[in-house]
Amino acid sequence: MWSFTNRTTKRYHHDHKQHGPHDHHHHDHGHDVESRKSGTREIKVVRRVLDANDIMADRMRTVFAEKKVFVLNMMSSPGSGKTTTLQKTLARIMPDLRCAVIVGDICTTNDADRLAQSGAPVTQINTDAFGGDCHLAAHVVERAVADLDLDAIDLLIVENIGNLVCPAEFDIGEDKRVVVLSITEGEDKPAKYPLMFRECDATLLNKIDLLPYLDFDMELARTTIANVHPGMPVFEISAKTEAGFDEWIGWLVEQVKAKLEA
Amino acid sequence: MHEMGIAMEIVDIAKASIPEDMQGAKVRRVNLQVGKLSAIVADSLRFCFDLVVKDTPLEGAELAIEEVPVVARCKDCQAQWTVTEPVFTCTACRSGAIDILSGRELDIKSIEIEDED
Repeated sequence: MWSFTNRTTKRYHHDHKQHGPHDHHHHDHGHDVESRKSGTREIKVVRRVLDANDIMADRMRTVFAEKKVFVLNMMSSPGSGKTTTLQKTLARIMPDLRCAVIVGDICTTNDADRLAQSGAPVTQINTDAFGGDCHLAAHVVERAVADLDLDAIDLLIVENIGNLVCPAEFDIGEDKRVVVLSITEGEDKPAKYPLMFRECDATLLNKIDLLPYLDFDMELARTTIANVHPGMPVFEISAKTEAGFDEWIGWLVEQVKAKLEA
Repeated sequence: MHEMGIAMEIVDIAKASIPEDMQGAKVRRVNLQVGKLSAIVADSLRFCFDLVVKDTPLEGAELAIEEVPVVARCKDCQAQWTVTEPVFTCTACRSGAIDILSGRELDIKSIEIEDED
């Protein structure tokens, strides 16, 4: 069992209520009576269901801007190689960039143990002991961020829960979003999960060291991604061999520096 | 997959939207708009909604879900179209510079409250 002092674990048990009903009262929309039908009165609401999440994400975004912390939200399906990609990425960019990691999983601290070897402060969020939440919401990230010394961090990477659907829906105050798609998942995934690929700012096509053994059609994959999100940068990488890492790291560092030097 | 959390938010927002002078009245219906691009399954959401309304003013209320199509507009040629395939390039000029006008909604439009007067 690893026991790194720079790894902490948070468990989060479906306490959606904890951010409280008061968060819903940030705007006073009033209660317009729209119409009366027989026996009922219609009250206009016109509110985004995820208002509470978005308000909290914006609040964090303001803090990250003041503290000059660049936040990267990394998403993918389970087993795409996010953690290995992140380990190798941290090894290249630290200590030039001062990094911290928040990693979300339903169970286990396996990822945090692996990432803590980088020396970066790592906070593991477990959404539930068995079959918990499918994404990291803003209030969960905010609680993890509270334990970090933001003055000592240039780049905060949030490794989201492995899932190509739900995390795309939840703003966590990040600057950029990256999706990792491993070539073993197939070329059609961007078309099957368009929201994820539309919401992200770059795609990492991982495990290209396996290309000789698979029938993966790289041109088709690139076309599919370009159809869903025209112009999005796509980096072909192997987290195992670090092929393609120069381009990916170059892009990432450029994004981070643009914020730090702004 | 996070429909339960969404259903709980809907109940919270609906409860907070009941006017002061109607406290205690039952909510009969919640009118929701869900964009086709949002990661929400309508049937799952209705199922979760029926569970979480128990012992609230929304108990027995109907969750009416209006699906909103994905509509895009080209920034280059101003063409506007409904996106039905996972292709987000302009159908007229092939430009990739587009605005999504609708399809990302997850909004409560209104609630209908019992009012016997």
